[in-house]
Amino acid sequence: MKSMQTPIIRAERVEKYYAQPSENRIQVIAPMDLEIVEGQIVALLGPSGSGKSTLLRMLTGLSVPSAGQVYWHEKPVATADVNVSIVFQSFALFPWLTVLENVEAPLKARGMEEAERRRRILKILDTVGLDGFQTAYPKELSGGMRQRVGFARALVVEPEVLFMDEPFSALDVLTAENLRSELLELWQKKTIPTKAIFLVTHNIEEAVLLADRIIVLGRNPGRIRTDFCVNLVHPRSRKEDAFSQLVDYIYKVLTEPEAQPPELPQTIHGDARPPRKYQMLPHARPGGVAGLLELVRDHGGRYDMYRLADDLLFEIDHLLPIVDAAQLLGFLNVSEGTAVITPSGTDYANAEISGRRDLFREAATNRVLLLDQIVRAIKAKSDHTVSEDLFHDMLDEQFTEEETVLQLETAVSWGRHAQLFDFDASRRCFIQPEKWRPQETSSAESVA
Amino acid sequence: MIGLPGSLSSIRGRETLARAQALKRTWPVVMDLCIAAIGLACFYGVVRIAHYWMGHAEPEIVISLSPRALPLYAFYSVVRIGLAYVVSLLFAVGYGYVAAHSRRLEPLMVAGLDICQSIPVLSFLPGVMLAMVALFPTRQVGVEMGAILLIFTGEVWNMAFSFYSSIKSIPRELNEAATICHFSRWQRLWQLELPYGAIGLVWNSMVSVAGGWFFLMACEMFVLGSRDFRLPGLGSYLQTAASNNDTRAMVWGLAVMIGIIVAIDQLIWRPAIAWSNKFKFEQVEGGTHSRSPLLHLLTHSGALQSLRRHTLAPMSEKIYCSLAERRTRRIARTQGATGSAATGWLRWVVIAIFIGGVIYLASEALALLREVSKPQFWAVMRGAGATFLRVNVSLAIAACWTIPVGVAIGFNPRLARIAQPLAQIAASVPATALFPVILLALIRMGGGMGIASILLMLIGTQWYILFNVIAGAMAIPSDLREVAQLFHFTVVQRWRTVILPGIFPFLITGMVTASGGAWNASIIAEYFHLNNRTMQTVGLGAQISSATDDGQFQLLLLSTVVMALMVVTINRMVWRPLFRLSETRFKLEG
Repeated sequence: MKSMQTPIIRAERVEKYYAQPSENRIQVIAPMDLEIVEGQIVALLGPSGSGKSTLLRMLTGLSVPSAGQVYWHEKPVATADVNVSIVFQSFALFPWLTVLENVEAPLKARGMEEAERRRRILKILDTVGLDGFQTAYPKELSGGMRQRVGFARALVVEPEVLFMDEPFSALDVLTAENLRSELLELWQKKTIPTKAIFLVTHNIEEAVLLADRIIVLGRNPGRIRTDFCVNLVHPRSRKEDAFSQLVDYIYKVLTEPEAQPPELPQTIHGDARPPRKYQMLPHARPGGVAGLLELVRDHGGRYDMYRLADDLLFEIDHLLPIVDAAQLLGFLNVSEGTAVITPSGTDYANAEISGRRDLFREAATNRVLLLDQIVRAIKAKSDHTVSEDLFHDMLDEQFTEEETVLQLETAVSWGRHAQLFDFDASRRCFIQPEKWRPQETSSAESVA
Repeated sequence: MIGLPGSLSSIRGRETLARAQALKRTWPVVMDLCIAAIGLACFYGVVRIAHYWMGHAEPEIVISLSPRALPLYAFYSVVRIGLAYVVSLLFAVGYGYVAAHSRRLEPLMVAGLDICQSIPVLSFLPGVMLAMVALFPTRQVGVEMGAILLIFTGEVWNMAFSFYSSIKSIPRELNEAATICHFSRWQRLWQLELPYGAIGLVWNSMVSVAGGWFFLMACEMFVLGSRDFRLPGLGSYLQTAASNNDTRAMVWGLAVMIGIIVAIDQLIWRPAIAWSNKFKFEQVEGGTHSRSPLLHLLTHSGALQSLRRHTLAPMSEKIYCSLAERRTRRIARTQGATGSAATGWLRWVVIAIFIGGVIYLASEALALLREVSKPQFWAVMRGAGATFLRVNVSLAIAACWTIPVGVAIGFNPRLARIAQPLAQIAASVPATALFPVILLALIRMGGGMGIASILLMLIGTQWYILFNVIAGAMAIPSDLREVAQLFHFTVVQRWRTVILPGIFPFLITGMVTASGGAWNASIIAEYFHLNNRTMQTVGLGAQISSATDDGQFQLLLLSTVVMALMVVTINRMVWRPLFRLSETRFKLEG
């Protein structure tokens, strides 16, 4: 994230109160400052009655603050041409309009001509997975599909900031999970030109899953209790320790409304780059991952895990490390026992050998901390050689001796496959792969 | 707003659908021919009406009692009611829109609606008629416009109120969605407010037009001071037949009237209801759906479709574009200066003139009231008391029979299937048309005008209660009824704990409407010309009618004010608290 950039939306000392006939007024939101900057998903958490929705409406210009001012690109929001959208909890679709007409409505309001409208609508319907539903009425669709229409209507105008008011809470758990991950994917791959997302939710896990920054509101009157960044890498898993620590932390903040917010847990502390935890590398060979991905791809992109094991006559225990590896690399998503290939996984499965290697390298450095650290260490050293012991000691703190050895072995096998580094077995150290050191003759020997 | 239950035509619906499927291939041509025929008929009708209206005012029209005159009379009456309805619709939408959107005018306009609704049609008569005749002294169109405006005053208020309350009850998130999508007022009206209010408007249109038929006789033939106004039409035909004691003509007139009402129901209201289903604000597809062959014809006609494609679509496209341009210009402008002071001044001047005018007219009216003599004043008060009693007696009788019957129908789908269409037809026959028949029979049996007037109020208003009770009984969830069965509730227990609380909100809605209707009906029920004789009884309605006849404006004004005051007071003191109670305590959350 760039620092010192001008915020898209800036709220300055905004507050909301309702005047009472008797002199005292009801303060809904105490004066607060808030900024929404480019590149962030901001989640707003808080107990009911803390003014989450009111704050969202003030930031969008739907509701005028009782005092203070909201700025849109440093212009007062009332006079600016604000380009935002809202996805509503109740979907707020017009039931008498078809899906197409619903999505068309905001474009019509902007006076866009028909051909351009059609083009945009078809594109967005395709993006959110509503192809072929143009002529359906919202009441003919399931809740999840209806919220897709809600997303399509919000995104079709290409908003700079996408506001969401508890967008998933009217949906069942699985549908919500599905929509969440799709949204995250659109955001991360920049399929949509949206520059920031502002999410109001009462679901702590949802906030931790999606947000780059979390703001927790307190009530009586609504006020910001804590505001921090979340640096966990995507996709985040509920099983990660850092994840559950963060959830516990927010839970604590919410359940002790009077207390001063406790310290953030060390593992996720925003600014001082926290010592991150090593993921447990599954003991799978890269070739196994490739094979699995091809299988899933050929099976239409999704495969029930137990069926997969059955079909291959595999023990599920042998299959799991491969699946875990694919998941760790972001090639596969597993939920509720079903493996679903991700777009990057599809790319990988479809690529040629050298292409695969590049994709694997990219995924490995982005997602596997140990590999990333090894590469950085090699680059940093003047002789481009790093002793295995360095990592052995660091891994030791987290794993058993036996497991540490296995972890390093797997790291070497993955690093070699991706041509991230090589391993000199005689000196027990990591070295640069061959192509990076043209002047040296290869002295690498392989370990079994 | 009256929540009439949707008709139970789902069984018929499937059949129509099948037929439509079978005929799909050959229909479009036939449909276009039908549309063309309807178009030609409309054209001829317009020419005919224009010819008649633009003709010279006919000083004394003699109403012919020959059945051969009936088609033309019926045509005139239908056009009157239709035009009055169109004007009402436009006015209602405009009034409701302004009332809902202007924060300053809102309380004033809502109170105005409340009062106007409680003023009986006849009280508008002198003002409207004299103004119209003065406007077009030599043409028939003056009197005609007067009659149409009179019908309009009876039709418009509940529609305006329905549209106002629809706009007010639009869910907040829908409104916000419209705002965040940059809807212009125009787009908001067409894509949000009108669709949301459509169902209420359709049901209230039906009630309004039924009211138009109810007061048709009063609007087509009346005496105003020394002048005798008669317009050729079905209402005047029936009234003349009644006063001449011509039974044959009365039967003919009634038959034609019922025929027209049934035809309008089939040709206009059924399709309208089927069409308005589209605007139901529901999250899931409902079970029952009324369908209409005529609607099918209209929506599938190739001619109409291409007409829309070539006229309306490009037009709306242009409107949207220019509105969007205006919006960007406005934004560019607001970043500069704020509004000028001149418009502010102008507004204050207009408001001052308006207030001045109102004060002047009100004081004039008060001056008129001073002319009322003491005995006249007491007569009006006595009449008010008598009418108050009568209205309540008729309400009580109506409630007594409609509650058990309505609950029985609502609980028993098979009975509902048979009874509901019958009840709808019965309800659509205007009680005023039957009134002469009933009055004659009663007089022969020795009953007086007092009983007859209660009977007329009853016939005119009981349906509101019946339909609402049926809807209420249907809305009681079956698990509540099953609980009652499971615990072996006694009959009394069942009524006290399940049925009465369950139908309470609906019952109140029906009673409010019925009470208002009964007050309005009193002007016809208590005062009637029969056999060149004026039958009348003590009552506020009789006071109003006779004051109109005699041209005693001060008396008319006084009795109208008293009636409006009483209706509004009763609404505020009795119905509104009950309504609130039903909204809070007896609301069944879906």
